[in-house]
Amino acid sequence: MQKHLPLTPSPPRRRWSYDRFQQRFAPYIFTSPFFILFLIFGLFPLAFSLFLAFHLWNPLDGLGNWQYVGWENFALALGAEDQFWVALKNTVWIGLLAGIPQHLVALPLAFIINQSLRRWQGGISTILFLPYITNAVAITIVFGMLYSENLGLLNYALSVVGLGPVRWLAQPDLVPVSVAVVVFWRYVGWNVILYLSGLQAISEDVYEAATVDGATKVQKFFFITLPLLRPMMFYAFTLTIVGNMQLFEEPFIMVGQAGGSGGTALTSAMHIYNVAFRDLDMGYGSAMAWLLFLAIFVLSMINNFLFSRDGGRS
Amino acid sequence: MKKIATLALVTALLATTAHAQEKMTLNVAVFPSLDSSIKAILPAWNKKYPNVAIKLQTQEIGDHHTAMTTALATGQGLPDVMAVEIGWVGKFAEGKGLEDMNKAPYNAAQYKKLFTPFTIAQATSADKRFVGMPTDIGPGTFLYRKDILDKAGVKPETMMKDWDSYIAAGKVIKAKTGASLINAAGGIYGVVSRTNLKPGEGIYFDSKNNLLVGPDNARFVRAFTLAKQVRDAGLDAKIGEWSNEWYDAFKKGTVATQFSGAWLTGALQNWMAPDTKGLWRVQNLPEGGYASWGGTFYAIPTAAKNKAMAWEFIKFMTLNQEAQLKAFTDNGAFPALLTAQNDTIFSQGVPFLGDQKARVLWRDAARKTQPIDVNKYDSVADQIVNTELTNVLEQGKDIKKALADARTQILRRAR
Repeated sequence: MQKHLPLTPSPPRRRWSYDRFQQRFAPYIFTSPFFILFLIFGLFPLAFSLFLAFHLWNPLDGLGNWQYVGWENFALALGAEDQFWVALKNTVWIGLLAGIPQHLVALPLAFIINQSLRRWQGGISTILFLPYITNAVAITIVFGMLYSENLGLLNYALSVVGLGPVRWLAQPDLVPVSVAVVVFWRYVGWNVILYLSGLQAISEDVYEAATVDGATKVQKFFFITLPLLRPMMFYAFTLTIVGNMQLFEEPFIMVGQAGGSGGTALTSAMHIYNVAFRDLDMGYGSAMAWLLFLAIFVLSMINNFLFSRDGGRS
Repeated sequence: MKKIATLALVTALLATTAHAQEKMTLNVAVFPSLDSSIKAILPAWNKKYPNVAIKLQTQEIGDHHTAMTTALATGQGLPDVMAVEIGWVGKFAEGKGLEDMNKAPYNAAQYKKLFTPFTIAQATSADKRFVGMPTDIGPGTFLYRKDILDKAGVKPETMMKDWDSYIAAGKVIKAKTGASLINAAGGIYGVVSRTNLKPGEGIYFDSKNNLLVGPDNARFVRAFTLAKQVRDAGLDAKIGEWSNEWYDAFKKGTVATQFSGAWLTGALQNWMAPDTKGLWRVQNLPEGGYASWGGTFYAIPTAAKNKAMAWEFIKFMTLNQEAQLKAFTDNGAFPALLTAQNDTIFSQGVPFLGDQKARVLWRDAARKTQPIDVNKYDSVADQIVNTELTNVLEQGKDIKKALADARTQILRRAR
């Protein structure tokens, strides 16, 4: 029975011990940088912008010189005539133009890579991922050269087949399409990678069973892959919605601060930036930022609802 | 003996304090290419103030003003001297973060008469605070390709008589040479909307903050109508400024005329189209219009550390004739200082403009330019009106309706 006695005596209390420190305090110390940074750069700006949304403040007047205006900033943005709606409409339109093709292309592409091109999967994934990690400024400059009306490659190609020059970045109804193409190009690879990882989580056994039952490739895609991929689709859709609703750099660099010809590529994020930092109306900008947050929240919830309803059925 | 000793002691003390005060670094925040102007003058400054080092913080013009806005908002990271461009000076003047140079110890009132008059109004707030000393100005000018006009048989003097003859000449140029009249029809709006303003008027607001934009304002109706006439006649190349197409048009001569500040001559000569030397000429704006097209000011933040030396620096840069001329010859920064404008250099021809005596023309234009009132909602109005102009040009929206819509939108925002 003696061997059941504790082998190590418990450490004496009140004495500093490395083990005790490690167990009780180290986790807090090691995770503290995140919380400290989050408090300074995350929570404080959030709280400050919520505060500003109810105030009229010109930053050039300095801190403290703000004036409480209640819900005026929100009422201003929500007025039927306001540019807020124009910008939101532009954002959703560019988001749809870029977002829907992204998934329509990424999903089958990932399926094909997963089924038939496994050997080159690493190489293909790297190539597909490149646009996602490339600097937005570089991308937009390259696309600016492609789109250029008199000097661009696209119009040169059109001229070879006898078609007139297209004003890609000047004709108001074409500007959102031109911007959407860049957004599509940039994020389609990212979605392929997401779907690939989702596909690889599906067990081979299921496909084998289906093959034994005589299922075709198309049947496998629609009756096995799609249903089992639903969680990843939900995740990818949510990321697309959030990302596209916050679209800023591509249109900002491609067509300029005002959103290009007729302002048709003026997205909500650009409008908020202009109002806050060009027009120096911080309160109105903050109010719109919160309204944009609300819009993203609602869209994500709709996405969530659609997926959970379908998910319940299967 | 005691007296002499005291005197010596006092002198020694004074010398050390003076020495200690002078040894400092002055932070000067600027944007390109103002930094080049300053660098050109620095040797002279270092000679006069050997113990005051100038530390230049240069950022692109947009980033510079955003950084200054943030610094003024928080009172942190402010430079001693801050350059402010014309597009921002109105907003910065209305804020409370810059020193009023009308007051002691600056007493800038005595210097105001030394500058081109309209610049003083630009840097003065609605409540009469004077926040920036002008260093350079941009007299509005009309550049044209002499070779293209000659080929089309168009005389620049008749072309610039009024806007109708400008458009008529454009049709001849297009027919005979194939060159476009102007890069974009919106440029016509830009000139017409900012020339021949009545006293007390700004571009978009009057001095009492009343909005001028609307279907009943003759200036805006005319500006929109003329722009639309140019577009409908197919006279504009439909290309934006500061784009590759724009530079290409200058190089190839596919666009015959350009409205701009006098500074564009320097940009054309230095990098946009150096090979077109001798082909360009300048004239005043049509219908005897004069406009300010750019300009730069130096301001001192209220929370700056070395205000006294900052003021010395600003005076050196703005009141010193040699410094102003150096910036002009090296960098094309047109001096705001009137005495600098009387230098012999002004009576010399400009080689890039075929030795035309353009500087005298610009000087006269600058002196005839009337002050324009600025408003803190100018940038809001500018964006909204330009969007409506595009609707008119690109989608055939009715002009009166477009201006009425612009008015409604601006009134919502200007509160």
